[in-house]
Amino acid sequence: MSDKSWLTEIPQLDRSELRDIRKYLDGAYRDFSREYGDLIESFFDPLLSFLIWFEKLLLGTPWWLVIVVIAFLSYMAGRSWKLAAGVVVSFLLIGYFGMWDNTMRTLSIITVCTLLAIGIGIPIGIAMARSDRVQSIVTPTLDIMQTMPAFVYLIPVVMLLGIGKIPGVIAVIIYAIPPVIRLTNLGIRLVNKEVLEAATAYGASSSQRLFGVQLPLAMPTIMAGVNQTIMMALAMVVIASMIGVKGLGQPVLQSITNQYFTLGLLNGLAIVALAIIFDRVSQSYAKRTQAHLGGRDNG
Amino acid sequence: MADNENTSEPLIRIENLYKVFGSNPANAMKLVRAGKSKSEVLAECGHTVGLKDINLSINRGEIFVIMGLSGSGKSTMIRHFNRLIEPTEGRIFVEDVDVMQLDKAALQDFRRHKMSMVFQHFGLMPHRTVVDNVAYGLQIQGVDKSERQKKALEWLNTVGLEGYENQYPNQLSGGQQQRVGLARALCTDAEILLMDEAFSALDPLIRSGMQDQLIDLQQKLHKTIIFITHDLDEALRIGDRIAILRDGLLVQQGTPDEILLNPADDYVEDFVKDVNRARALTVETVMHPPACRITADTIEEALKQMRRSKEDYGYLIQDDQYQGVITQESLEEANRDDSVSELSEAVLDEADAPAIQTEALIEAVIPETLNSDIPLPVVDADGQLQGELSRENLAEVLAEHHAAGQKDDGEEPKPEPEEQPAKVS
Repeated sequence: MSDKSWLTEIPQLDRSELRDIRKYLDGAYRDFSREYGDLIESFFDPLLSFLIWFEKLLLGTPWWLVIVVIAFLSYMAGRSWKLAAGVVVSFLLIGYFGMWDNTMRTLSIITVCTLLAIGIGIPIGIAMARSDRVQSIVTPTLDIMQTMPAFVYLIPVVMLLGIGKIPGVIAVIIYAIPPVIRLTNLGIRLVNKEVLEAATAYGASSSQRLFGVQLPLAMPTIMAGVNQTIMMALAMVVIASMIGVKGLGQPVLQSITNQYFTLGLLNGLAIVALAIIFDRVSQSYAKRTQAHLGGRDNG
Repeated sequence: MADNENTSEPLIRIENLYKVFGSNPANAMKLVRAGKSKSEVLAECGHTVGLKDINLSINRGEIFVIMGLSGSGKSTMIRHFNRLIEPTEGRIFVEDVDVMQLDKAALQDFRRHKMSMVFQHFGLMPHRTVVDNVAYGLQIQGVDKSERQKKALEWLNTVGLEGYENQYPNQLSGGQQQRVGLARALCTDAEILLMDEAFSALDPLIRSGMQDQLIDLQQKLHKTIIFITHDLDEALRIGDRIAILRDGLLVQQGTPDEILLNPADDYVEDFVKDVNRARALTVETVMHPPACRITADTIEEALKQMRRSKEDYGYLIQDDQYQGVITQESLEEANRDDSVSELSEAVLDEADAPAIQTEALIEAVIPETLNSDIPLPVVDADGQLQGELSRENLAEVLAEHHAAGQKDDGEEPKPEPEEQPAKVS
């Protein structure tokens, strides 16, 4: 009698076969990255130099000027003195506890990631809303991007591009882009059919429909997506620091390995402060610009 | 209601139009052509027959009402005129242009200039101000801002919304919103106006106000209006001609009077029996020809003519003009009385036998007709005698309606004038 029946044990590949498959795939990918790694890296060069320039800009500017500019931007977005004052206080505290430089680094990379995610995500969301076929391809892809542990897709990225800012940006974007894509798609699909029909009946072309009706009416939903994307990008800061992205994530990582509770807590709080600032500013901007959709006239 | 003499030129023609909803309409069309009904086609291949062999011609300048209950295909129908829905088969002509042959750019141009549309739930853009909504059609056409704003403001005044131009649609009531929808449709100067249950979402009072406004506007503008409704009263009130749809089939088309007096089948009769005929029919449609015209110049001659007829009354006509009612009694009295020599003195008082107008609604003449022993004379707008209306006559028309109503009770479920299911908003 065989001691390994398919009834008691699940049929599985031989260890040697499994090893061959792994070896083969790993080898193929390594060859690929050796062959094209430089080429792909040079493709990202403009982005890298922009990242470095932006980070230097934030670090090189006097701290009070940075605070003034950020406070001004948040006031313009929300037209609220309270919000602007909150922003100023948070940044003063961050500086006071010695986290200014790391915060600037994080701020720069998150800003770039968010802008890229919006720039890539909204067109994909529009394409998804226009075609059911695109939607049926993109939706499962987004599911994978959101559920696959970040470490898994960090491996090929690091193999291809090494460690540094660019792989960090890619990892953050992969993690943070799904909400803006999904909610752009959803927002456009939820636009009132009769309003869209009216536009068509008056002879609007498809771009007139998109920019004149669909995007403006989907804007509250799209803004919710943008907001989520920003939050998720901030959540990736610690993981990104594992592949060499400097910023608030690195002290946190250091505190985990060395059990520095206070250092971790302070840097964690700085991340939270950044998140809350981004959230409040973007939400109050959205609320202000879409006031009449809800029936009140502020303009 | 406009007269049809000068508006008989067909502007829109629809020939053999079919619409089948589903993944493989060609397959289902075979069944439809084989004469299967809507439910049979649905059972056999899962396709819904929206419209079946529709033939229509709509004249320039008329209000053409398409009416039917939910699911009868009327909203599908109206979306074929500007190809918001593509037909499975059939041809649509507007002024001899085959709309089905238009390519994308030509169709866009056609929608911009030839037709405009008013929607059941208004279809206004919540992110644009009222004046920008009205100017939308012109903006799409590429008209520059100052010109389109000016025109939009004029139309807003016409529909009675001056002062609201900088509000947003959500700040207006339903009736006001639909006025904006109407102004938007009129602002492009399109000749054809499609109105998809335009007043169905409004309160009854507001609705009748909007109907009046539409009739008023139509008298000035002479648009060709295609109006969809599920409400027969509304159809009778504003329609020059009415087409009735049932399960995607056109069961009857004709003037309101034709529909009311000669319903084509039980379905139409079911609709019609709930209509207040006294309020829907005009005197012209129910009057009889005058029994006795007296064209004499003297009393004796008149008496002679009167004796020859079976009746003991007559309508005096002199010099081709209707003069009044005379009876045998009044004539004989005048004859006996030597002081009376003129025939005109035998004419009854206007108060005893008032002349009624052809255009008047029956409801308006019920009291006069009932109070008079003799049939009342019916005259047209030029004062010419057209017919007579008697009590019996009136009773017959109104009672027929009643009897028909009782006879049909319980035979077939009464069609409920329900709302179209609200579109997802």
